[in-house]
Amino acid sequence: MKIHGWGRYPKIDATLFYPKDQSECINYIKKNSFIPRGSGKSYGDSANAENVLQSLCLNQLIKFDKINGVIICQSGITFRDLISIIVPEGWFFHVTPGTSNITIGGAVAADVHGKNHHKKGSFSNYVLSIDMILGSGDFVSVTRDNLPDLFYATCGGMGLTGFIFSATIQLKRITSGKIFQSTKIFKSLEEICESFEKFSAANYSVAWLDTLATGKDFGRSVLFIGEHSDDENLSMNKFKSLNLPIKLGSFMINKHTMKIFNKIYYKKNSINKENKYLIDINNFFYPLDTIKNWNLIYGNSGFIQYQFVIPKNNSVSNLKKILKKINDHNQFSTLAVLKLLGKSNDNYLSFPMEGLTLALDFKLSNSIIKLIKFLDEMIVDMNGKIYLAKDALMSENTFKKTYSKWKKFQAVRIKYHANDKFVSSQSKRLGLL
Amino acid sequence: MKKVLIIGATSAIAQHCAQLWARRGDELYLVARNQELLKTIASDLKAKGAAETHIHHMDLNEIDNHFAMLKKAEETLSDIDTVLIAHGTLSNQKICEQSVVQTIAEMQTNALSIISLLTHIANLFEIKRSGTIAVISSVAGDRGRKSNYVYGSSKAMITSFTSGLRQRLNKANVAVVTIKPGFVNTPMTATLKKGLLWVKPEFVSAKIVKAIDQRKDEVYIPSLWWLIMTIIKIIPENIFKRINI
Repeated sequence: MKIHGWGRYPKIDATLFYPKDQSECINYIKKNSFIPRGSGKSYGDSANAENVLQSLCLNQLIKFDKINGVIICQSGITFRDLISIIVPEGWFFHVTPGTSNITIGGAVAADVHGKNHHKKGSFSNYVLSIDMILGSGDFVSVTRDNLPDLFYATCGGMGLTGFIFSATIQLKRITSGKIFQSTKIFKSLEEICESFEKFSAANYSVAWLDTLATGKDFGRSVLFIGEHSDDENLSMNKFKSLNLPIKLGSFMINKHTMKIFNKIYYKKNSINKENKYLIDINNFFYPLDTIKNWNLIYGNSGFIQYQFVIPKNNSVSNLKKILKKINDHNQFSTLAVLKLLGKSNDNYLSFPMEGLTLALDFKLSNSIIKLIKFLDEMIVDMNGKIYLAKDALMSENTFKKTYSKWKKFQAVRIKYHANDKFVSSQSKRLGLL
Repeated sequence: MKKVLIIGATSAIAQHCAQLWARRGDELYLVARNQELLKTIASDLKAKGAAETHIHHMDLNEIDNHFAMLKKAEETLSDIDTVLIAHGTLSNQKICEQSVVQTIAEMQTNALSIISLLTHIANLFEIKRSGTIAVISSVAGDRGRKSNYVYGSSKAMITSFTSGLRQRLNKANVAVVTIKPGFVNTPMTATLKKGLLWVKPEFVSAKIVKAIDQRKDEVYIPSLWWLIMTIIKIIPENIFKRINI
């Protein structure tokens, strides 16, 4: 059966296996070379392979310590499932990405980050231990003290070091199911980048950037700031999500319509220069989850979400160079999200590092693939890197230049019999053999 | 707090029903064959709020052990309010057509083992004059079709049997709920192409729990299936045999 990531590109013919328990996993692992896959929400080909171990039946919560806020769960449980259990008890994730449809296993493997990276770092910082099955079929418990090399390789290791069976995660206390959100508009790239520093005390911050605006409007953006409310009300709105016949609208995605859309969006946010309001925790963190199939908006060909990070030094001028390059190629990004990242952690392949990260959505085409090759080169020159959970195109050369600990990572894979067992389309492309 | 006996507790639909009961703080007695999976499901339900969970692993095809299992459940829970029978296999029609052994095995699992359980449970509940018995049948049981008549006829047996049982136990204040789901999208079928009639196990389980609460007689899930099956049932056999549905 054909499978693909959230970006619907590339696709691969795969045989899927859904284990229901540990012994089924071990039997499968002993016999196959494969990649583990959770909800399939990574954008590119990191969960693509001819053989796939689907973790979705391994979705049990093993233990929830409501006093200390610690959960032990199997890797196939999603953030969505956990939220409905932990929020009413006054707990939330220290770090959550922009969708709740991903699994815990996927969150560990991609070491996902969120709107609070500048304060809290990435998801794996709150992973206390991982129970995993190695290529040999051995079941091991991995922490920062026990098999630390395997721990640091597995967090952010894109499922290439072993199968994450379950994980123990530290949660964060909350006293409300709401977020106090404020929005501010900025007129230039300089202003928005400075504002990240200015508002660095805020817990959550992220910006929307109008990449289609030119001339005096260039760099206009909207900053979203969030803080947990303390209104002692842990109730959430009932979460609803819909499938829309959205593919029909894909002809609407072109430069002119997006220009108009961006203009309206910016104006809407600028009516009140300082807007503050209380919103539901789901709406703040997962605005796109209400439309289950929004990835179909780009039609059958799919799309690329290109997310990179560049160091703080010269970040504004470098960002301008990148946006100019896109414009010079006569291409455009439909959505651009900008965020300041904090310090990196000790994991071998984790994406976040101190600097500015920009995520751009491109409807897929040959010219986009060509453009991304140029952008990759620029990112290498700027000492930046590209997020593996979204990547579908990076070359081996770019990967090895930008992910400086790749040799250490590969050594761990070999040491734990993972290199010929845990293999994805992406790992082959990146030369992790 | 209700005391619920779930037979076939590892099935996707049963698991989702159990989660809803766990969140209400009910006490659950879980029966299935896979012991390892039962253990993780039990701890999951406990973590989600079940007052207590008990596990009992057995092969439900071993009919001789049914009565002992029920006695054990009754003793452990001290009383049973609700029973959900959810075990079963989706028969492979093509294989069954060529194999009598396989066809009989399907009948054994999907019909006879359930009838054995129902017989014992009915007698227990009839004496204590309370309780709700819910059984998962299928829309496939409403009329045999060439694409799955082995599965369909085993479910037809369940539908007929529960209909009679409901009439018998009505006087004894025991409710018998016959549940007829249509196509259910479990993780196993996650990547198959789905039509409009496919629903998620979460949806099915919410309807089942509600039907049990309301002591309904027969429920189609989603209810549109009632209309579809009513139409399918009235097609004259003379025409039915020539068409592909």
